[in-house]
Amino acid sequence: MKNRIRDLRSEKGLRQEDLGELIGVSRQTINAIEKGKYDPSLPTAFRLAKILGRPIEELFEYEED
Amino acid sequence: MKRTSTLDQKRQANVKRLAAWTISWTLSQALVTFGGQLLWPHSKPAIIITLIINVLLGIGVISANRRYLMEGDELDKKVQLESMSLALGLSIVMGLAYASMDHTNLIAFDADISHLVIFTALSYITALFINRKRYL
Repeated sequence: MKNRIRDLRSEKGLRQEDLGELIGVSRQTINAIEKGKYDPSLPTAFRLAKILGRPIEELFEYEED
Repeated sequence: MKRTSTLDQKRQANVKRLAAWTISWTLSQALVTFGGQLLWPHSKPAIIITLIINVLLGIGVISANRRYLMEGDELDKKVQLESMSLALGLSIVMGLAYASMDHTNLIAFDADISHLVIFTALSYITALFINRKRYL
């Protein structure tokens, strides 16, 4: 699943560590999400949307296999 | 200076706790095995006491491992689950095949449970390494 987390995080001036701390996951998890290696759980996706101030559909783009 | 998040601090504390329990349990296992052979070969009470200590420390390892898993973040849990499921599956399949090889005399020696434990540990470590490479 593609996402815009890296761009939106940079806009907010947050580091991966900061964003991870805010939503309760590790820096490595934020990195894996940004690289598209890992799709986060629904609660984490909602927390990301809240912190980054965008609706969830602006953060993630679903791709059919 | 590098800042350590509360999640990282918690993870490090859990890893240290798990390592301490595992080392203690491993030492107690050595005490049960070699103590019974070399230190107190004819003392059943001593063997029983060391065995009880060994089991209690083993329960400590299980509890520390459970806490490590429960307090990890969601990607940690996914990596651990995939690694453990692979190690468990391989151990059952290969363990039964190994036992069959013993029963049918395909191998010249007796099958030993320690071989299966070593195989399980190596499978888990390998799966963990592959999954961490894959996601992290």
